[in-house]
Amino acid sequence: MALPSYTETRYRIWHYIYLTICTFVFFFLIAPLFVIFPLSFNAEEFLVFSEGMKNLDPDAFSLRWYKDMIYGTKNPWGLAAKNSFIIAIFATIGSIILGTLAALGLSSRHMPYKGLIMATLISPMIVPLIISGVAIFFFMAKAGLAATHTGIVLAHIILGTPFVVITVTATLSGFDHSVTRAAASLGSNPVNTFMKITLPLILPGVISGGLFAFVTSFDEVVVVLFLAGLENTTIPIQMWTGLREQLSPTILAVATCLILLSTLILISAELLRRRSERLRGINR
Amino acid sequence: MSSETKQILTTDGIPLEVSLKKAEKKNKIKAFLLVAPLLLFLVITYIFPIGDMFMRSVDDKMITNMLPKTFKAMEKWENLEELPPEEVYQSFYEDYKLLAENQQHGKLGQRLNKEKNGFNTITKKLFRQIKRKKIDESISIKEQINKLHKRWRNVEYWLAIKRTAPPYTVAKYLKGMDMYFDSDGSITQVEEDRRIHRILWLRTLEIAFFVTLFSFFMGYPIAHLLATLPMKYSNLLMICVLLPFWTSLLVRTASWMILLQQQGLVNDFFVMIGLVGDDNRPEMMYNKVGTYVAMTQILLPFMVLPLYSVMKTISPSLMRAGKSLGGTPFVAFWKVYFPLTIPGIGAGCLLVFILAIGYYITPALVGGASGTLISNQIAFHMKTTLDWSFASAMGLMLLTGVLVIYWIYNKLVGVDNIKLG
Repeated sequence: MALPSYTETRYRIWHYIYLTICTFVFFFLIAPLFVIFPLSFNAEEFLVFSEGMKNLDPDAFSLRWYKDMIYGTKNPWGLAAKNSFIIAIFATIGSIILGTLAALGLSSRHMPYKGLIMATLISPMIVPLIISGVAIFFFMAKAGLAATHTGIVLAHIILGTPFVVITVTATLSGFDHSVTRAAASLGSNPVNTFMKITLPLILPGVISGGLFAFVTSFDEVVVVLFLAGLENTTIPIQMWTGLREQLSPTILAVATCLILLSTLILISAELLRRRSERLRGINR
Repeated sequence: MSSETKQILTTDGIPLEVSLKKAEKKNKIKAFLLVAPLLLFLVITYIFPIGDMFMRSVDDKMITNMLPKTFKAMEKWENLEELPPEEVYQSFYEDYKLLAENQQHGKLGQRLNKEKNGFNTITKKLFRQIKRKKIDESISIKEQINKLHKRWRNVEYWLAIKRTAPPYTVAKYLKGMDMYFDSDGSITQVEEDRRIHRILWLRTLEIAFFVTLFSFFMGYPIAHLLATLPMKYSNLLMICVLLPFWTSLLVRTASWMILLQQQGLVNDFFVMIGLVGDDNRPEMMYNKVGTYVAMTQILLPFMVLPLYSVMKTISPSLMRAGKSLGGTPFVAFWKVYFPLTIPGIGAGCLLVFILAIGYYITPALVGGASGTLISNQIAFHMKTTLDWSFASAMGLMLLTGVLVIYWIYNKLVGVDNIKLG
């Protein structure tokens, strides 16, 4: 953003102050994530940069915490990762199915009480998680689903659907309904029309909503803390316990893996967003 | 339309109006059926349980069910200045005896003790007498009970029992605001040094407010930069906002715990530039500072993204027009650009505020004692004291606050306009 040559000095100064502030804020946002990365390769047990690390001594770095994460006997990370993935995958599938159906209904101009229903469907996103946690816990306890995978999956479907509803409704807002009418006029039944015409067009929105639902479930700790028993431990629960009790470098190894995972998800979400905009003919 | 106009008929011979209405209704049902599964699911697993929380928070049936005869007899107790009549004593004795047989008397004692201090002692005394069969049922129960302890002769204690009669109570809500029903049933404030909940509510509001303010002042410039830079640069910088947004909350909290610890990098930096001495490193975690810093960084993307999506739609020619009409860049910004971004500011601030007010994980980990919020208190009562009805009451008070803000948000921005990423 080069300034025009005629800019007065004081505005020039202001401009540089503004850029400095922006640099500082970007640094504030992103830098904390990069602290974890080198420390997870620490050869020592402390969570500070050792002298060796500051001097880039190769002996000060090691993979021991990664080994501990994978092979450590006391470490429940394997079970936690397995549970996290199973729960997140089922919660995502559930959220996508329920959320997409609801979004299709909500996007219809015939939908009665649209505002009220939309507000209800979005509410799990707005209500503080601790309250959702208490309410869902009461339900699951009564239904006998506390400390089961099913209970946690259902809880995460509750928390994940708002994201799918929002993204799919947004995609459908630019949707040309004449294509489905064209399909119907050519003799296609509604299910066929949905599978062959509507779904491929709204797929980017569905998948990006699904990504949100996946991340929500994969990262969710407040509700799970109420619901999970020892058998249902997840990565966030292990991180939570670890951060509360003793901060071991193994947690940083796990955190590094999680950052890599979120980078992957970020890239796919961005690609999907662009594809969706292209499909809907939105040009920037 | 004159009545002589012929009704327009469809090919089936049904009037067009009727046919259209039918089609409309069919479409409505179709649309509703698509929403129904999710709506039903949420109502059963989420909306009803929140209602259940309400029932729990006002529920006070336990004691009503424990002393049914007593409360029935107390209806005839008219002069509340004096001790209740013999009948009340008689019924109370019968109720209590039954409870003692079922091993339920302890619960009653504890519950009554909450209502009036010192109850547990005198009910235990009564229990021992009953166990040893020292109470003679053929003579006045009133005299025998009154002889047990002077508190039984104090009308205040009987009034306390009477107060527990209604099956519903707002006592938990009052407790959440550091108030209680005193012995004559009026609402009283607890002593000044024991008002812990009010401190927590104020602190929660304070932290949510300042986190919103900090996020705004940090988020506005970078959202502006992102919206005005050419696409290829802004896409790159956008990663700085989106990567934290997609990264696990616990990972980000962990990184702040490492940065802010006494031997951490932030303190190292302060020592390096000579701000503080090496032996005098300030405590930046387990207090408000830690909560502010970590929460601001974690919630900042929620401020930047709505601001960005609004700023992106503002044409740069507007600023140029403002300047060409004689405004300095500051005036052009303040009079032209800023008012156009207000919808984004409203959306961002309310989103951050709503999220901050219910925050739990980060304050619990970096907040220490002086940085914990109302959510932590709710979790504490759910898990440690097991006072679920109190946790429910506090949760619903918080929820009411959030819903008011949500309602304002809906009026100002509209829920359908929430954008993600």
